[in-house]
Amino acid sequence: MNFPFGRLEWSDLKPVHLFTHEFSIDNLVGSGAAWMVVIGALAVAVLLTVMGRWGWLWREWLTSVDHKKIGIMYMVLGFVMFARGVAEGMAMRAHQTTALNGGVLSEEHWAELFSTHGTIMIFFVAMPFITGFMNYLIPLQIGARDMAFPVLNQISLGLTATGAALCMISLVVGKFQIGGWTAYPPFTGSTFDPGPGPDYWIWAIALSGFGSMFSGLNFSVTIYKMRAPGMTYMRMPVFVWTALCTSILLVFALPPLTVAAFMQALDRTLGFHFFTNDLGGNMMNYANLFWMFGHPEVYILVLPAYGIFSELTSTFAAKRLYGYTSLVLATMSISVISFCVWLHHFFTMGNSATINVAFGIATGIIAIPTGVKVYVWMATLWRGRIRMTTPMIYMTGFFMLFVIGGLSGMILANPAINWQVHNTQFIVAHFHNVLLPGLLFGVFAGIHIWFPKAFGFRLHETAGQVTAILWIVGFSLTFLPLYFVGLMGYPRRSSGFEDPALLPYMYLTLFGALLIGCALLGLIATLWISIRQRDKLAVPLGDPWDGRTLEWATPAPPPPWNFAVIPHIAERDAFAREKVDGKPFVQPPDYKDIHLPRNTSAGMIMFIATTAFGFGVTWWMWWLVILSVLVVVGWFFVTSFIEHDEVTIPAAEVRRHHNAWIEAISLATPVTRDHETDSRNRGLADTDMVVAS
Amino acid sequence: MSDTATTNENLHPGMNLGYSGDAEHAEVTVFGFWTFLMSDLVTFGIVFAIFATMKDATAGGPGPAEVTNLTSIAMQTALLLGSSFAFSWASLSMKYHDIIWRTLGWLAIAATSALGFLMLELYDFYHMIKEGAVPQRSGFLSALWALVGLHGLHVAGGLLWMAAMTGQILKFGLTDQIKSRITRMGLYWHFLDLVWVGIFSMVYLAGVA
Amino acid sequence: MRRVLDKLELTARNREEYEERRFYTIGLVLSVVLTVMSFMSVMTDYLPVTWVFPALVILALGQILVHIRIFLHIDLSRQKREDLLMLLFTILLLGIMAFGTIWVVGDMNMRMMQGH
Repeated sequence: MNFPFGRLEWSDLKPVHLFTHEFSIDNLVGSGAAWMVVIGALAVAVLLTVMGRWGWLWREWLTSVDHKKIGIMYMVLGFVMFARGVAEGMAMRAHQTTALNGGVLSEEHWAELFSTHGTIMIFFVAMPFITGFMNYLIPLQIGARDMAFPVLNQISLGLTATGAALCMISLVVGKFQIGGWTAYPPFTGSTFDPGPGPDYWIWAIALSGFGSMFSGLNFSVTIYKMRAPGMTYMRMPVFVWTALCTSILLVFALPPLTVAAFMQALDRTLGFHFFTNDLGGNMMNYANLFWMFGHPEVYILVLPAYGIFSELTSTFAAKRLYGYTSLVLATMSISVISFCVWLHHFFTMGNSATINVAFGIATGIIAIPTGVKVYVWMATLWRGRIRMTTPMIYMTGFFMLFVIGGLSGMILANPAINWQVHNTQFIVAHFHNVLLPGLLFGVFAGIHIWFPKAFGFRLHETAGQVTAILWIVGFSLTFLPLYFVGLMGYPRRSSGFEDPALLPYMYLTLFGALLIGCALLGLIATLWISIRQRDKLAVPLGDPWDGRTLEWATPAPPPPWNFAVIPHIAERDAFAREKVDGKPFVQPPDYKDIHLPRNTSAGMIMFIATTAFGFGVTWWMWWLVILSVLVVVGWFFVTSFIEHDEVTIPAAEVRRHHNAWIEAISLATPVTRDHETDSRNRGLADTDMVVAS
Repeated sequence: MSDTATTNENLHPGMNLGYSGDAEHAEVTVFGFWTFLMSDLVTFGIVFAIFATMKDATAGGPGPAEVTNLTSIAMQTALLLGSSFAFSWASLSMKYHDIIWRTLGWLAIAATSALGFLMLELYDFYHMIKEGAVPQRSGFLSALWALVGLHGLHVAGGLLWMAAMTGQILKFGLTDQIKSRITRMGLYWHFLDLVWVGIFSMVYLAGVA
Repeated sequence: MRRVLDKLELTARNREEYEERRFYTIGLVLSVVLTVMSFMSVMTDYLPVTWVFPALVILALGQILVHIRIFLHIDLSRQKREDLLMLLFTILLLGIMAFGTIWVVGDMNMRMMQGH
């Protein structure tokens, strides 16, 4: 161990492997991925320098405390990691297709792939996506100017980025762990894996976990305390309800994960005996802790997507949501019951039958509120004037596929059946079946709905529809066959198989994976085409879909202060009511100065310091660890002595901005819903909805 | 926002120190901190639960009776409770008397006794190390060190915070911002006391009994 | 007249202060008594051994309630409903998690003879 580099050695640098190691596909994939990270980072840096955009990036984005920009940055982070996750998924499918008595990748590389794929998809794709949505939408939907704690919000983003950065660094320097995304000890303990892999995992998870916890705290306080006057709990948009439940889950479900990760770190770094298999360590405690977080996490991810689907059905069916109260109650009961089912992830661990049955029953019960939701959406669509645009296509896919996923979950909830299919590809099929249609389709549908709000132009409709269908078909072909593969006895996470009968299924899933790759390209193409045609697709007036909630009562993109005047809410679906009454855009009698928090580099300082911390612990560079802790503590110490200052937007400017928008609206021709996907749609809806009072 | 009617109400947990201006802002901030404490409570609760599952995993090493010095624990309890009480007194003098030195005096007492608590705890740890009761010895000791150490780290963090608060009071005076921070600090301090009740009863006393 | 009013206000403030200080002192006394009883139950032989653990649990819970009511100022008043609800929800979840853990892992320890 030498001073500046700890246990890091030259041979740990993966890009070098391409030249120093014997050539093989395995080496090419591993080292090539490292090269892609390096080249990608350099290309971004060069691009920014050539375009002279560093200052812009720093001032407008990285140091911004505007919840809308932070939300967008979360989405960008999610997409970068998503591209990596999908690429890994395709590499895994390629390996498994060739895995009859072998496979193109080495076993260790395969194990690393499924571990990074799972970790990244859950923590650095799904979490940033839902956090991004909640960030962008909560203040807009409750009629607030920003989050309760804007600086903390930026720090949360920094910490999430730290985790993602550590995952990316592990691709270039050293390697990631090979124990799956759950990283069960003692396999990931220092006895079996002394290398840096599990340490990367621990610190990526623990540090980003703090970020998620603080996000949850921030969102729940915002929803509790910052709602516009008149917005009682039962007048909140459904998305805000789901966001509230998710936030509370984040506050309470992250601690078990943090505790598990820190105990694992103590075991590995300081030789404690929490989860070791000697001297009184108990690895069952780890499984127990991990899933105490892990199961609520499933609902953390899927509840906001439910919220998106709820907003979507009522908007695109032009109907008021059927059964608002039951949907709210269902959401709340899901969040409580989600804490009572964690043992169903380890029915086979050896508990007595009583315990298994108790958790099996609890798991069955959670299907009831979820079922309520499905019926609520169906009843909302019933006799609605449905527009079959991209979000509705995703919704249709979600409907059909998610119910299958949910039912397979019910099958797994039975301990006796669970014992048979445990740790087979059946499980892989099940959770992909829940998370892709449930979460990812919701996110993509949400992007199609709110992208115009955030950037002022719609996404290209045809490209969006093709992509949506590619996702639905690609998903079905990739993951539905795995149910059969699992029932035929193929264990999950195993690098090879011996039964040729599995081959047709493997070819089918490989084909599906290629379609998913095309769907990913489709997303990029949709974005590209839309940017090219942004003038044709522009919706500056802000309400392209005949929306119902407050965020549509602002221009697109909304000004940094969101609302010129904080609205007063008299009813659920406040904006819809105003439109029906024919007075949606009114000029307030007077404007006031608006105070907004000033930009800060807090998030970036935390990002750099905590990344250095994680990297330092992983490679035993203790000087770096101490330095980064001093920076974090010192930063808090010093900033507490600096008075917060604010930016004041003068009333005159608010008036000018608001008047310009109102005037543009008065000059525009409203479009009916039949024309919402063509270029006549400038964001002013000729509403034809009916609000029952 | 600034009408006096709202400032006199207790809109948040902890002592309301009477804000001259933006009570609503203080309410939001304190509620946010309260939520953080709840999350922290879950963290402590889980570490407690882990301790409970590992209390018999001594692996032939020192058990609860060998590592507990009840006299020291009693003294630590007294010091921590005293510190907590002194902190309340500091807050009360801030609320009713705008005299900075009186508040700082009570803060100093609170800090000193918390420092005493930490010293005694470190002394206990030192003794445990000398007797070979290191966390690397057994699962039980790992859990004990983690639980007590987590609480100790919180106390140490609180001391650092108190040092910062002293500096801020000297710099800014008793402004609304400072009052809101003192309220949060008070919540934190009493919360740590509450956790300590759990530790001395369930870990030390129950361990010896 | 003005001076009389000033003085009245001053006394009212003092009475309030007195009430609040008394409140905290009660909290301190209760905490000390409960703590001493906890230590006594273990360090002396007044209590039969089987009662010691239940007594410790009850005394600790009592003291936690004292802390929450007096030092943390949580009560049933309307303004603080959200804080109280948050606390109760935390206790519910903590109950599920902590007792769940002890139940699940304890059962496993028994079945697998772990930790001995």
